[in-house]
Amino acid sequence: MAELKAAKSVSENPCHMCMPIGGILPLKGVEGSMVLIHGSQGCSTYMRRTIAEHFNEPVDVASSALNEKGTVYGGGENLKQALDNIRRVYNPRLIGVLTTCLAETIGEDIERLAAEYLAERGLTDLVVVPVNTPGYGGSQADGYYLALRRIVAALAVPTSRHDKINIIAANVSPADLREIKRLLVAMDIEYTLLPDFADTLDRPYAEHYTRMAPGGTPLADIRAMTGAAATIELGMTVAPAISPGQLLADEYGVALHRLPIPIGVAATDLFLRTLREITGRKAPDDLLAERGRLLDAMIDSHKHNFAGRSAIFGEPEMVYAVTRTCLENGIWPTVVAAGGAGDAAVSLFKAALAESPEPSYFLSETDFAEIRFRSAAAGVNVAIGPSDGRYLTEKEGIPLVRLGFPILDRMGGQRILSVGYTGTANLLDRITNTLLDAKHHSYRSKLYEEFYKGRRLHMAPAQAR
Amino acid sequence: MAQALAIDGRQDFITTKGRQISRLKCDDDSIAGAVSQRACVYCGARVVLNPITDAIHLVHGPIGCASYTWDIRGSLTSGADLYRNSFSTDLKERDIIFGGEKKLAAAIDELVAKYAPKLVFVYSTCIVGVIGDDLGAVAKAAASRHGIEVIPVQSSGFAGNKAAGYRAACDALFRLVAPGTAAEAAAVGKDRSINYLGDFNLAGEAWIIRDYLAQVGVDVNVVFTGDASYGELKRATRARLNIMQCAGSMAYLASRLEETYGIPYMRVSFLGLADTADSLRRIAAALGGGDMSRRAEELIARETAVVQPVIDSYRAKLAGKKAAVYVGGGFKAISLIKQFRELGIEVVMVGTQTGRKEEYETIDSLVADGTVILDDANPAELEKFMTEKGADLLVGGVKERPLAYKLGRAFIDHNHDRKHPLSGFAGAVNFAAEVYTTLCSPVWRQVKTGGDLSG
Repeated sequence: MAELKAAKSVSENPCHMCMPIGGILPLKGVEGSMVLIHGSQGCSTYMRRTIAEHFNEPVDVASSALNEKGTVYGGGENLKQALDNIRRVYNPRLIGVLTTCLAETIGEDIERLAAEYLAERGLTDLVVVPVNTPGYGGSQADGYYLALRRIVAALAVPTSRHDKINIIAANVSPADLREIKRLLVAMDIEYTLLPDFADTLDRPYAEHYTRMAPGGTPLADIRAMTGAAATIELGMTVAPAISPGQLLADEYGVALHRLPIPIGVAATDLFLRTLREITGRKAPDDLLAERGRLLDAMIDSHKHNFAGRSAIFGEPEMVYAVTRTCLENGIWPTVVAAGGAGDAAVSLFKAALAESPEPSYFLSETDFAEIRFRSAAAGVNVAIGPSDGRYLTEKEGIPLVRLGFPILDRMGGQRILSVGYTGTANLLDRITNTLLDAKHHSYRSKLYEEFYKGRRLHMAPAQAR
Repeated sequence: MAQALAIDGRQDFITTKGRQISRLKCDDDSIAGAVSQRACVYCGARVVLNPITDAIHLVHGPIGCASYTWDIRGSLTSGADLYRNSFSTDLKERDIIFGGEKKLAAAIDELVAKYAPKLVFVYSTCIVGVIGDDLGAVAKAAASRHGIEVIPVQSSGFAGNKAAGYRAACDALFRLVAPGTAAEAAAVGKDRSINYLGDFNLAGEAWIIRDYLAQVGVDVNVVFTGDASYGELKRATRARLNIMQCAGSMAYLASRLEETYGIPYMRVSFLGLADTADSLRRIAAALGGGDMSRRAEELIARETAVVQPVIDSYRAKLAGKKAAVYVGGGFKAISLIKQFRELGIEVVMVGTQTGRKEEYETIDSLVADGTVILDDANPAELEKFMTEKGADLLVGGVKERPLAYKLGRAFIDHNHDRKHPLSGFAGAVNFAAEVYTTLCSPVWRQVKTGGDLSG
């Protein structure tokens, strides 16, 4: 495996976004919460647009709307006024305050401002969670886990031991979250799933609209995560400093199991086996039947898959899970790009890709110009990742299997199911069928060129004219 | 009602027809915590300049700003497609501390070496405004190093709202089109052609209008900025008249071109049958009438004969419905009110992100008593007034769409990345068809009730 880092001064078509957008998602998965972005108006609007288009849901995110005056003299008053207005319109129980490049650069102390605000207004019920998410400080994946960690830190209180399991979810789809919950229910395990935007970002149509979406992880459950039997964090690529599970382990002694997102046979097995180790409960026959069906599906499609050379990109955790799934199925990961992956993640990817018999490139700091160049040169024939990968389809004719966040050019980003045995079978079918489709489109002309037209040219050049 | 208006200071931005429109507050900063639908200065500048097809659009800032605006508009090109890339200096913490000027210079050098452009726009973002990188100096040095034009766009996100970004873009354009040579200066306003300002060639709209004008005998010199190239923009001052569709973004450039080069301008609108016909007539008249006016009338008659029956057939299905409008600019809102009237639909709520006082006065004069007029609305207000006024349909952008659908209301995309044109006679039919498609879809019959399953 070759590891590449761009040595360029310019990014050509970014393949990741910034920290605050990652921070919004877990906050949308907490019951009764609102988000405030401390910065200029555009940040919240761009992020709302991206999230709304991916989930096809209204996404209310407030901005402190910093202007020149606030930038020069400090944005504290803006921040407090914004909190007042959010309370009036939404009456939330928790408000996450995310910073931006601007707020960080002018040195806003949101920790102090939040504490001052609560004291000045005499608020004892409202929780304000300040999260430092400078746009230049990392990718959306960093913002996602850091916001989760701060939510846990803000709410956690010492609790007596109980039997629930903490599940810290990666940035998967609402359909994936529902599937994780279904697996836990099937195993008869009590759990706290954080975040849980299964309902808040995939809201059923209802006759009466409410500004705050029903659902999300209850605050009381988050408070009690400190007494859980164990934490399973879907975050192999996450630095310990921003890991919520690590915080629960270090400060409250909750045993931490870090697992990959359960996509693929091995990762789903590992997830269920870990649950069994913690709780002593076995997977029921229904789940084992699902496993059998997945194996059946893998066998059915294995020869088609073996022709696959994949480019995989997106958030590191999802890219890692998909890379392992591709390896399981002979869809050899050829160009793997995880924007913003740290050193620990890089060694994980190296170890995984070492299993591949085919050459592969791992790109940790990259852009779509680089991914395109490598993919074309290495003969990639299927791309797997968010919508921006359509650039590879448009420029190089490499078809895209849309997966991850954000999906902006297709319907149903919120409904894509990829976790568990059933979700993996769905994902695999999508990849295999993309390969089949590409083959069907080209095999007639390709064989004609190679064995008919080409042969005539070779054997009797005079007649070929 | 009390809940939505509970945001301090928002009361002044909302009025109903029948009250004093002159007291409506607009063109002001958004209120903190109000969940405004507006973007920032950078956004305004980027959307105006981005359709210039053979330019490098380089964002000097953190990755997010470039990420959220990559290929953001559905502006079509007849040639180069360099504009569909998003370049960024991807500033990191060390750049914030030590300054990003060297990185910016190196980025320009790399891009020039790779793409050999004639024109580079360098956009500033929030943090660049704070750390004080001298964009002008870096751009100037790069321009002389490479012998091309490198234009700084002063678009720090916090320095005003989206309208300030339009102004920053107009400043950049004005600089770009300045006649450099004596021959160019002598050619100012001497051509017989016109410039078309404020069309971004979304789904080929500028091409539709260019074709109409060609049929009238009018030559379009350059479009600002849909499908524009560097070479065309450099010749912009030759035209003898500017016509302007999107006034919100282009009024400043139009008035500067008039002040400095004596090129007059007029407002036009190609949204809806009435506005399209009226605009063609006024352009022909402004260029001397005669044959042009005759050809304009022929075109209008020819197109109307084809299109009017189609519109009428939709009108029969839509009459009596109520619409809400929430769009970027005031001029678009005005056209939409008229266009809905052509379909027999009354507008009961109308608002914009960046509308100006005189535009709100026109809006007020067009709508019926009781219509809610509001500037810089937020989701809570949109929800409240759509519900109160019984709007069956909302016109807006991507962020508004899921809200309308969650409220069980129809929706029209008047956004940047749509793939069907809404301008001219062809666009009027598309608009009517989309209104029909969304208002008369069978899905609404299913969502009205909870079925027989509940209770």
